Amino acid sequence: MTPLQMIFILVAAMTLGAGLMVVTARNLVHSALWLVLALFGVAIVYVLLQAGFLAVVQVVIYIGAIAILMIFAIMLTRNIASESGPRFNENWSWALVIALVLFGTLAWMLSGWDGIAAQAPAISPRFDTVRELGLALVSPEGFVLAFEVASVLLLAALIGALVVAWDRR
Amino acid sequence: MFDPINAIAQWLAALLASLGLSSGLVNLILTLVGVLAIASFVLIVDIFLVWVERKVVARFQDRLGPNRLGPFGLIQPLADIIKLLIKEDITPLGADKVVYNLAPILALATVLMLWAVIPFAPTMLGADLNVGVLYIVAVGAIGTLGIIMAGWASNNKYALLGAMRTVALTIAYEVPMVVALLVPVILGRSMSIHQIVNSQTIWYIVAAPLAAAIFLISAIAELGRAPFDLAEAESEIVAGFHIEYTGMKFGLFYAGELLHALTMGALFASFFMGGWRGPFAEQAPILGVFYLFLKAMFIYWVIMWVKYSLPRVRIDHMLNFNWKLLTPLALAVVMFTALTDKALIELGVAAGSLTYSLAMLALNLLIGWITLSLLRSYARIERQRVAAPRPVASPEYSGVAKS
Repeated sequence: MTPLQMIFILVAAMTLGAGLMVVTARNLVHSALWLVLALFGVAIVYVLLQAGFLAVVQVVIYIGAIAILMIFAIMLTRNIASESGPRFNENWSWALVIALVLFGTLAWMLSGWDGIAAQAPAISPRFDTVRELGLALVSPEGFVLAFEVASVLLLAALIGALVVAWDRR
Repeated sequence: MFDPINAIAQWLAALLASLGLSSGLVNLILTLVGVLAIASFVLIVDIFLVWVERKVVARFQDRLGPNRLGPFGLIQPLADIIKLLIKEDITPLGADKVVYNLAPILALATVLMLWAVIPFAPTMLGADLNVGVLYIVAVGAIGTLGIIMAGWASNNKYALLGAMRTVALTIAYEVPMVVALLVPVILGRSMSIHQIVNSQTIWYIVAAPLAAAIFLISAIAELGRAPFDLAEAESEIVAGFHIEYTGMKFGLFYAGELLHALTMGALFASFFMGGWRGPFAEQAPILGVFYLFLKAMFIYWVIMWVKYSLPRVRIDHMLNFNWKLLTPLALAVVMFTALTDKALIELGVAAGSLTYSLAMLALNLLIGWITLSLLRSYARIERQRVAAPRPVASPEYSGVAKS
């Protein structure tokens, strides 16, 4: 086993454990903090896959914005930050079935894919992944349409927030 | 000869290889030793920052500062550390123990993590990440998390209020900071800080003074120092998020804050003042470390100068200043810098040449002048609004006269 594989197993175990704690922790703030750990584990997996940009963006957006916003919302809401009622409602069996089906389907699809056992080709140090990603995002052969659609969506959300918060006097 | 760190690293690598270790293991050990060395070096500098801070604030307030222990009071920080270590360690009743103890560690560790990407000298740097600029933002986000954890786990209303104020402030000021950092990225053609320092034959503070000013202001806000120190308002919420912390746990927050200020100085130096660049720095890399710390200390001094000269800004003014001035200004600067850069390259002016820098400077002066005249007309309207007579108890305001 190479050191990389050992690190991957440790990180994957940490991510899964943290994910399990998110849904089983009694305290909502603890759940949110475990979620931060799980998201951080995903960021480390991106680093192991040599996707540095994705890893950093994962931390900036998911930990820096979304997780902090969640903790903020939990702290601002009265009485739900402390220990609270049952952790499961009557739909838990359905959730379990859906999760198992999703996991099974993904595992089945990935086991049929011939890239699953292949070794990733080494990236030469001269290859700037960030530059290639940037060019792909704005080139017509690349993802410029998806990029622009996402931009318009975000702009609409921004204007929507402004309209909602506008003080009409 | 003039590159001791790499010489030691090569000697150590040869020694470990002669012991029969594989090259992968040797690299791992060298990396760990490097991490330990940078972290310890920075923490030792941190000890003396306490002394620097106290001496400088004393000068600003026309006092002498610590002068009893050792020459110029240099042993004072060690006495402070001993005092912090032997203080009683209190965990408040109802505190969340794990989160409570994790928060100060996170607060200091995130600051140390920033030093991983700062190039000390042309041959001395922790990691040359190709996303270095974003890495700084990401680590800053984790630092904010540490403050929330401290405020929430203390089980204290004032701590929680302080944490909420800090988070509102740091998240808001992160926006202009990130946008302003895009300007050196455009000028340096890379997100790697090593690359940005390498391409600064002319300091970027010449080509991008507005971005430098925006970065410095949002860095001070990120640090939570005066005039943005509403997280620690003694008269309103006592000590803010670290009110319940005692002894060395408080010490970690304090050390983290001081070191963060120096780190921001080092980042400012790397982005806008040429980092390790200086006379003979390329021949003798050890000089580069000296230049970097000289520049970082200068910015640290500027941050202290601002801190001890200006009164606190009110929270609504602070957020208005961010969203209505800094963020639009930063966005305008980035857009016009990108356009001018494209135009200059099309005209055949090489990036980083003197003509290029002067053209960028002219652009910045133009944007700055437009901003100032807009602010002046806004201030005139605002003054008229405030000066207009507003009777407090007239019938149409109080609603009494309505039948």
